[in-house]
Amino acid sequence: MSNLILGIETSCDETAAAVVEGAQTVRSSVVSSQIDLHARFGGVVPEVASRAHLDLMIPVVAESLVSAGVEAPEVDAVAATTGPGLVGSLLVGVTAAKSLSLVWDVPFVSVNHLEAHLYASFLEEPDLEFPLVVLLVSGGHTMLVLMEGHGRYRVLGSTLDDAAGEAFDKVARYLGLEYPGGPAIDALAVEGDPNAFNYPRSLVQENPDTMAEDRKLAFSFSGLKTSVINHVRNNPDVSTADVVASFQEAVVDTLVTKAKWAAAITGAKGLCLGGGVAANSRLRERFLDMCIEIGVQPFIPSRSMCTDNAAMVAAAGWWCLQIDGSSPLNVGANPNWGLPERI
Amino acid sequence: MLILGIESAGSQIGCAIGGHEGVLASAHTGKGRQHAESLAPQIDFVRQQAGIEFSELGAVAVDVGPGLYTGLRVGISSATTIAHALGIPMIGIPSLDLLAFPARWTSRLIVAALDARRGELFTALFRKVPGGIQRIRDPQVNTPQELSAELMMLEEPALLVGDGALRYQEVFSSIRRVEMAEQGLANPSARSLVQLAHALALREEFVQSWDIKPIYLRQPDAEINWKTREEES
Ligand SMILES: [Zn+2]
Repeated sequence: MSNLILGIETSCDETAAAVVEGAQTVRSSVVSSQIDLHARFGGVVPEVASRAHLDLMIPVVAESLVSAGVEAPEVDAVAATTGPGLVGSLLVGVTAAKSLSLVWDVPFVSVNHLEAHLYASFLEEPDLEFPLVVLLVSGGHTMLVLMEGHGRYRVLGSTLDDAAGEAFDKVARYLGLEYPGGPAIDALAVEGDPNAFNYPRSLVQENPDTMAEDRKLAFSFSGLKTSVINHVRNNPDVSTADVVASFQEAVVDTLVTKAKWAAAITGAKGLCLGGGVAANSRLRERFLDMCIEIGVQPFIPSRSMCTDNAAMVAAAGWWCLQIDGSSPLNVGANPNWGLPERI
Repeated sequence: MLILGIESAGSQIGCAIGGHEGVLASAHTGKGRQHAESLAPQIDFVRQQAGIEFSELGAVAVDVGPGLYTGLRVGISSATTIAHALGIPMIGIPSLDLLAFPARWTSRLIVAALDARRGELFTALFRKVPGGIQRIRDPQVNTPQELSAELMMLEEPALLVGDGALRYQEVFSSIRRVEMAEQGLANPSARSLVQLAHALALREEFVQSWDIKPIYLRQPDAEINWKTREEES
């Protein structure tokens, strides 16, 4: 059975490679962030990202092998994110991974980026009990996923418009905060009053028992974003710290409430956080309190495991290899790939 | 020395393996096929056809562009990774040299013009020299009209090669003493890449995988827009 997996991740603006042993032990995890390259544009520019991935690919892979203390022939399989993400960026990593698999004569495993986020928790807490609900929040996704076992997932609900991270970025950009917006809001909110303004919480201000099934665990952040922007436009002298603290509170309220409902509906034994927005301090704090309140086992990965990395890709790759076997070498990038639901 | 060549800057993708005895095996996928999907299986197919193991390769050659960005990156990502994994050196050759190389039978000025989309061409000028070709003007981005004006100034018999030249044939048809190369030479080929690389390998003109840099010739649009905004403000 394959044990040492090299993972490669290039779906957005992080070039990452990692060596993981048996989906459990992280031997190395190298992440080269392109934040500085995209900062002046105020967002990720696909062509800039693709160019940077190509420049960084070899150094990042080489460093992941060296710091893992692994000689290339010892690697048992190569896993890469093939989607969802930016197509040009994905292709750089997928192509590198397939080439390594070819030359080393080891299996190639195509990994779904969302599935990789689900596996981030298992790298730090391998004994998580099923059924488990994962709240996956990032710049591109906001969803609640039910995990009934390894490789067995169902999406309970996802966002109808903007992802939570997207709302953070747009509000931050409107307020002229530093890029990236998420960490900037997290830092500034500490100085503000989270109850200063009562911004709308879409799809949570109703009684869950009487809500339509498809709305119960769905999210919507576009109304909130618009309402914050309008509020600031009409009140230019308002305290920015109060605005971001209140905005963040509304997002966190929505996320935590929906996660709580999901746990109740599914009878989950555990609740996990995942994705880049899971690095937000207020979300981590409120999520933990809620889990304790309802008596469900919480798991919050370390911040570096929440944001994009290749260790989670290698871990998911290990499970994919056990469940579905290796992937053919003619696999390409799949920019709009949803979470593969197997239940 | 056996060389693996990977070419993906044009509208086709191809690879070849060759050495002293010439090209042992080659393959290419036609226009419109998806580059990233076909490259890895194609490399393995060519290796098997050549009857060799990866460990027998002495160098990896790659087309470094200019060309269509995504295809270019797929080829370079694959070539550099393979060279790095095998611990062997590389040879990078511009796409326009590959276009000009098969036209070296002519005594005319060789004008390589690859379709750069957006109404533009990637162009370079070459002349035949003993044993190969010599570049006399470096790769540039031009409109067909700009290239046409350059050729009129030169007043020299020229042979135009490449899919870009064919696409804008009518622009060049009015220039005297300009001839168009056949369709079969319209794309850079992996066979030419291996042949050219072999000549460079004999002179030990190698680079390392991390020294291979794509020739884009154009900045990302966002970069151009940002600079324009900066200049205006
Ligand atoms: Zn992600």
